[in-house]
Amino acid sequence: MENIYLAIVLGPLAGAVVAGLLGRWIGRGGAHWVTILGVATSFALSLVVLWHLVVEGAPAFDGSVYTWMTAGGIHFEIGFLIDRLSALMIAVVTFVSLAVHIYTIGYMREDPGYIRFFSYIALFTFAMLMLVMSNNFLQLFFGWEGVGLVSYLLIGFWYERESATFAALKAFLVNRVGDFAFVLGIALVVMYFNTLNYEPVFRVAPLMAELSIQVVPGMDWSVVTLICLLLFVGAMAKSAQIPLHVWLPDSMEGPTPISALIHAATMVTAGIFMVARLSPLFEYSPTALNVILVLGGATAFFMGLVGIVQHDIKRVIAYSTISQLGYMAAALGASAYAAAIFHLMTHAFFKALLFLGAGSVIIAMHHDQDMRHMGGLRKYMPITYITFLVGSLALCGIPPFAGFFSKDSIIEAVHASQLPGAQFAYYCVLGGVLVTALYTFRMFFLVFHGKERMDEHTRSHLRESPAVVTVPLVMLAIPSALVGWYTIRPILFGGYFGNSIAVLPAHNVLAEVGRDFHGPAVMAEHSVHTPALWLALGGIFLMWVVYWLRPALAGILRRTFLPIYYILEHKYWFDDLNEKVIAAGGRLMGRLLWRIGDVRLIDGLMVNGSAWLVGRWAAISRRMQTGYLYHYAFTMLIGLLLFLSWFVVR
Amino acid sequence: MTFEMPDFWLALPEMFVLGMACFILVLDLFLPEERRGISYFLAQITVIGAFVSSLWVAPAGVQTTFDGMFVSDPLGTFLKLAIYVLTAGVFLYSRGYLRDRALYKGEYYVLGLFGMLGMMVIVSASSLLTIYLGLELFSLSLYAMVAFDRDSLRASEAAMKYFVLSALASGTLLYGLSLLYGLTGSLEMSQVAQFAGGHAGEHYAFVFALAFVLVGVAFKFGASPFHMWIPDVYHGAPTSVTLYLGAAPKVAAFAMAMRLLVDTLGPLQASWGPMLVVLAVLSLAVGNVVAIAQTNIKRMLAYSTISHMGFLLLGLLAGTRTGYSAALFYAVVYALMSLAAFGVVILLSRAGFEAERLGDFKGLNERSPWFAFMMLVAMFSMAGVPPTAGFYAKLAVLAAVIDVHQTWLAVVAVFFSLIGAFYYLRVVKLMYFDAPADPEPLTARLDLRVALSANGLLLLGLGIYPGLLMGWCLAALH
Repeated sequence: MENIYLAIVLGPLAGAVVAGLLGRWIGRGGAHWVTILGVATSFALSLVVLWHLVVEGAPAFDGSVYTWMTAGGIHFEIGFLIDRLSALMIAVVTFVSLAVHIYTIGYMREDPGYIRFFSYIALFTFAMLMLVMSNNFLQLFFGWEGVGLVSYLLIGFWYERESATFAALKAFLVNRVGDFAFVLGIALVVMYFNTLNYEPVFRVAPLMAELSIQVVPGMDWSVVTLICLLLFVGAMAKSAQIPLHVWLPDSMEGPTPISALIHAATMVTAGIFMVARLSPLFEYSPTALNVILVLGGATAFFMGLVGIVQHDIKRVIAYSTISQLGYMAAALGASAYAAAIFHLMTHAFFKALLFLGAGSVIIAMHHDQDMRHMGGLRKYMPITYITFLVGSLALCGIPPFAGFFSKDSIIEAVHASQLPGAQFAYYCVLGGVLVTALYTFRMFFLVFHGKERMDEHTRSHLRESPAVVTVPLVMLAIPSALVGWYTIRPILFGGYFGNSIAVLPAHNVLAEVGRDFHGPAVMAEHSVHTPALWLALGGIFLMWVVYWLRPALAGILRRTFLPIYYILEHKYWFDDLNEKVIAAGGRLMGRLLWRIGDVRLIDGLMVNGSAWLVGRWAAISRRMQTGYLYHYAFTMLIGLLLFLSWFVVR
Repeated sequence: MTFEMPDFWLALPEMFVLGMACFILVLDLFLPEERRGISYFLAQITVIGAFVSSLWVAPAGVQTTFDGMFVSDPLGTFLKLAIYVLTAGVFLYSRGYLRDRALYKGEYYVLGLFGMLGMMVIVSASSLLTIYLGLELFSLSLYAMVAFDRDSLRASEAAMKYFVLSALASGTLLYGLSLLYGLTGSLEMSQVAQFAGGHAGEHYAFVFALAFVLVGVAFKFGASPFHMWIPDVYHGAPTSVTLYLGAAPKVAAFAMAMRLLVDTLGPLQASWGPMLVVLAVLSLAVGNVVAIAQTNIKRMLAYSTISHMGFLLLGLLAGTRTGYSAALFYAVVYALMSLAAFGVVILLSRAGFEAERLGDFKGLNERSPWFAFMMLVAMFSMAGVPPTAGFYAKLAVLAAVIDVHQTWLAVVAVFFSLIGAFYYLRVVKLMYFDAPADPEPLTARLDLRVALSANGLLLLGLGIYPGLLMGWCLAALH
């Protein structure tokens, strides 16, 4: 099996290298074939691995394939931990990646950076797989940075656009904040556990639960809590949790396929995956779990609200992604790791579907992304319309679509949690359902129904996208509709994850929820009695009225809720805070350090000053070389006298 | 009084070189100008023959002959081999230079060979008299070589200065040696050492003699404050002679230090150690700092020599076998670096044009990327940048100094090396980042080009695999 694991990782890497380095010779066709082949191989093999683990019941694999170096008793290795958690993740990652690869052929057809794009997304797949399959913190960090790098490259893919380079830089900087904390967390792990591998860390974690550390003298902090919080700050940046979410909406400057692949389905879920992967560690820090729960809940609700006032179709979906990531984080905080991963999976499908659907719309609209210029697209783009509807229903959690099962489970799990912040988080995720329905169907009705608001030229060119675009849509619509129904029982309540996720008995909220679970059909039926479904349906109905039946209402509503609208319009001023306070403060400090520290002290005094001193010294000393023979002889005699007096003095 | 028949066999290389030098001297009289190459080839054959015969006659252990005046030991053999290689390199490099300047005379080679013979005698000396004999033979050859371009005022001035100062130093040395003879009643090094070791009571007298001997040795090294002749002579002499001065004599100076300080006055290490500290620190300071103010590359390299000799003395003053082997390694590597650097100066010069000014190196990379790279290797090696041989040489010396708990000396040495890095890197900057001031193409002959390339690559190779040479150095000092 080891070779299969290696092949899964190396397939996309080979594709990326060939397309990236030999792109000039193999051409566009060659570039997309070689990368698609690599990713398709990975997908097929990941299904083999999944089959091997789930159906044949093989034990998990944990082993290293290559030792980079050993220093101070710590091994730096490339290794794989393949259990049901990572097997599920690689299947999802490679599947979505494959769909996006195919879709890209259509979406990027006319782009001059076609080959580069394929090389990047294949490289991304490689890095993501390294992250997911890792059995140690070092490789996790490698993958973590790798996906971050490719994300940066792809957000700034159209580098001649100023807004794209700005967004890329922003994503990079925000992630730097997270990565800094993340690597500190890893350093703490190495410091206290003296290893980088997961397995020994997990084994020792219960013994470490009571240990404390004094970072600030006089204040005892739990080591595990500190590690978990630092690691989670990394996850906050990667998985766009408040307040490090600011880069994700801007990342929509990148081409739509990567919004689907990286900024919806896979990379942004790396933080969620990481916490689930390290659940044996996080379980021992109720404090960290509580923080995650509260932040997740807040993100789910408040970021969803911002989505309601956006005009750019991709930004609506971006805020939706942040909101859904909040759901996942809330599930993690409630110790319902399985529910988080379950939602991660269903979300990967329907969110990738929505992004690709939006991309299809954008192609038809000649790359105009403003929803105010759309409307009535249903009759021009039937396949996009149907698949988009499937995705929207899944996102809103309407049974029996996939999102319903995962989201409802999260709501129930948060409801069952005993942590101090659970109450707050519960109202947040519940309110989030309404919000989700509002922004989703506002977008849906604005785009596909109502008056056709585009200009005449665009209208005359409206048509359904080609097969390379619609086939991936259908490919993703099927699991978006069905995957929840068929997998909720094993994944959430059937012990699918086994030992790969650890939950302390005291935190086991899913077991509690599972007591009331009697199959997906019953769950769907029972939802009639829960507030969540009514909130969702109510939201959809409201949007139907506002944006289809009575378009004039939209303006009235906006005026009525002007203060709220104003807050949301400014996205709670996070961007202003970052740009005007943090970034400006950073620049101010940089300028001060540059002017005073660098120019004056280091350059002026130390570098140039010492150079000046040496230069003066040299200029003076060279005068001693007078050229007069008797001076030379005199010097020699002085030297001799010096040595003679040496022993007289002693 | 009976004379024992000496073992001439051990001195075969010396006798061979002497015979060949005389032969070339006579033969050259009858050679027409255009057949001068014969003298050159004979000189090279002499060096090669000396190389082969030295290897041939090398005894397994230590053997003395000529009534204890001449010694043949592994250290001597190794030093001689190094001297041969360096001398052969010098002859090869200077051929074109001499030809371009009407200096292409047999005397250059004859004097070069006599100088080499003098160095060989120093290396093999086991009596105070022998070492003085070798020193004088060597110095006399050099005076003549420095003044070789007799129409050049600067060369004559340099030769004059060299002659007077060297005579002063020789006198001092001789005075020291005579004191030693007076104290011990012997000229044989081993007996002087034995006596010095057993008569701690007469310490002052010995130290008095030591100071005079040390001045002679320091002068040969060009260690500060006995360095004043170096810049003027390096600058004034024809580049081919500077090349000669900069290479093998450093190895000979090391031999002289080993024979006089370690073999003869070894018991006084506690006295000459601190004296060497003074010499070393002063040399490092003067060499590195004053080099910065130079605009002439020959002068700059002269000061660089002074600083390198300071480094070499650091290895000696450690007084341990690793220290001596580090110093030996340093001497050989320095000679190679100096050969490469002056080799490039020769490469750039042509009839009527001496590439002596730093400005002449501007834009060398555009004119000849390969030789710019070779100069870069030489400069990096002198500055001590890994992975060049110079880095390892400095490292070995510093390690030896730290081994004897003189860490502050290592710090001083590194500090001055740091200052010194400036003028080496300035040459690199001129070569790579400035526009060429001299558009003339390089005219050097193929043999020079090949030898220079091998020289530069050797510096790189020795930096990557220093173990081979270091192993020889350690074995030589066993």
